Amino acid sequence: MDKRVYNAHSNIQKPWVMVKDMIRDIREGQDLAKRLTIRDIKALYRQSFLGLIWAFILPFANTITWVFLNGSGIVSLGETEIPYPIYVFTGTMIWAIFLESIQSPINNITTNKAMIAKVNFPREALIMSSVYQSLFNAAIKAAILLIVLAFMGYASFTSVLLTPIAIISLVICGTAIGLMLTPIGTLYTDISKGLPLVMQFFMYTTPVVYAIPETGLTAKIIQANPLTPLIMTCRDWITGQAPTYLMEFGLVNLAAVLILLFVMIVFRVSMPILVERMNA
Amino acid sequence: MERRIGETLVKVDHVGKKFCRDLKKSLWYGVQDLGAEFLGKSKAEKQLRDKEFWAVRDVSFEVKRGECLGLIGRNGAGKSTLLKMLNGLIKPDKGQIEMYGRVGALIELGSGFNPILTGRENIYNNGAVLGLKKKEVDAVLDEIIDFSEIGKFIDTPVQFYSSGMKVRLGFSVAVHMKPDVLILDEVLAVGDSGFKIKSFNKVNEMMRDAAVIFVSHSMPHIATITNKVLLMENGVENYYGENIAEGIDRYFDNFGGDDPKVEFSEGATVESMTIFNSELYKEAREEFPIIDYQSDLNVNLDVKVNREISWFHVKLQITDKDLKIVGIYDSFQFSEPIQNTGDVHKLKIKIPNTIFINGEYAVTVFIQQRDEANSKWNLLAIYRYWKKFRVKASKGLGYVPAVVYLPGEIHAS
Repeated sequence: MDKRVYNAHSNIQKPWVMVKDMIRDIREGQDLAKRLTIRDIKALYRQSFLGLIWAFILPFANTITWVFLNGSGIVSLGETEIPYPIYVFTGTMIWAIFLESIQSPINNITTNKAMIAKVNFPREALIMSSVYQSLFNAAIKAAILLIVLAFMGYASFTSVLLTPIAIISLVICGTAIGLMLTPIGTLYTDISKGLPLVMQFFMYTTPVVYAIPETGLTAKIIQANPLTPLIMTCRDWITGQAPTYLMEFGLVNLAAVLILLFVMIVFRVSMPILVERMNA
Repeated sequence: MERRIGETLVKVDHVGKKFCRDLKKSLWYGVQDLGAEFLGKSKAEKQLRDKEFWAVRDVSFEVKRGECLGLIGRNGAGKSTLLKMLNGLIKPDKGQIEMYGRVGALIELGSGFNPILTGRENIYNNGAVLGLKKKEVDAVLDEIIDFSEIGKFIDTPVQFYSSGMKVRLGFSVAVHMKPDVLILDEVLAVGDSGFKIKSFNKVNEMMRDAAVIFVSHSMPHIATITNKVLLMENGVENYYGENIAEGIDRYFDNFGGDDPKVEFSEGATVESMTIFNSELYKEAREEFPIIDYQSDLNVNLDVKVNREISWFHVKLQITDKDLKIVGIYDSFQFSEPIQNTGDVHKLKIKIPNTIFINGEYAVTVFIQQRDEANSKWNLLAIYRYWKKFRVKASKGLGYVPAVVYLPGEIHAS
């Protein structure tokens, strides 16, 4: 019969037992993760009049702003290989996917607080469910993006093939970062409050709305930013260009996968400690 | 899976848990604990940090399959904290807990209900949270809907359900998951009385092949269902054992809620009051009179009623330690109103053949006047829990989930 032992000892003292338990919970939580995902997605769209329009309205508004700023000459954003409106629309859409993936785990924990504090279920289901939700939302955004690009004549067969890879990589990187912030973010709301601000800063050090400058300090910062190859490669793939940062892109993704595995262990270990401090 | 009656399914060994009174400090300790956990340090067992206290301290017990442990104690005694540890939601700071088999906990009914989704969709969600696969839910779906009495509303969004409907649905899902260890926190306190009885029977049925831990403030429930009790007081064990009556008695000793008090004395005053078994022992036992089972309960009551009142009645209301009313004597029932003289009335009331169960009782005195014109009662005085007495049955039947021991005769032939 299944036996569970709870005591004051740190679970990390027996790492293999913990990893084994984690794998079991991931398997057992699969069903729950699916249910949670379906529940949240259904609930999201059932009470919304505009529905899918929300998926791209913000990036679209952003695009108009930047196209106007660029066109009027208020700011100079550099030369892009593809027409600027397409460059900035693709960029903001990709950034939106990435940002949502970061916010997803912490939002998921917060909305399910009451349940977490009162029912014992495989906590990994929450992570999986937030990944599924991010993938679903990303897929909708990507589909809209591809349709728009097809109208403009910038989507090709290869871009349709490569888009899923881009999405998965964005979601993995975003979830890794988001999950890393979750333990502290569950205790202090400062994290989720400060996140948009910090991400704004990162957006302007990543070539989302402008091209990479040739020289200068900004160029150095952008080159050093690990998000640069991620965003650039995804955009190149989706718009059918040849990617210039393919190797760096691979490294960033490898690092993200390793970080994700590590933070999943961190999450598991921290959950009981967080539950007792949670105000639910 | 083999289910053997008598195997130990829950083993709790010297378990303790610390909590913090201050929110900001609590969050910061959380960060510290996270750090300690990752460095692989065991939690600091002994010392309390600033503003910390032991919510649960040094609690040990065992529950076997087929047994039901009643967990009782006042609010804040540490019951819920203990349950959370048993359920693996939080870690103990001291000691060890071993749980065997599938654990079903009904701590919060309807966790994971989404108001926008329908009852049916929520059954699947709730089932998944409790650890049921979709196939398993499919198999018991009709039973769940049937038991919950939701009927045709099952395809209506849960936000339009009444609170009773939500509770019924949540309970219904939870009891259909066939656990080895069942943790019930106050769940039988929900729903209307029809559903309460139904759920009570269902829990009784489940208890046959599970180990049950049952938390309740209803002592009749505890006395009916459980075969041992754990009484907690300020986080520590006050009583643990199979003498349910003893545990319940000590539980009631925790309450000081029935202190005597003059609630109202505008129209009349009680000058003195004595309760006694028989005239013989009257003086000796005045402070805490003991009334033998099936003997008379005598009350001497000296009252003074305002002069402008011409007629009055006296009512005695007897409450047990649970503050439940177990009997009422009203002079209106048995005699004409007492004519007021304005002086002290020396009233002697005799209630024959006391058949209350063992325990402590308090008597509340009401003095009232019948207003025939408006056909209602005017209260002149209320002396709440004014005097106490104890009933003692010679055979010592102890606590039973009833109000009286019925006297009777039995003939064997």
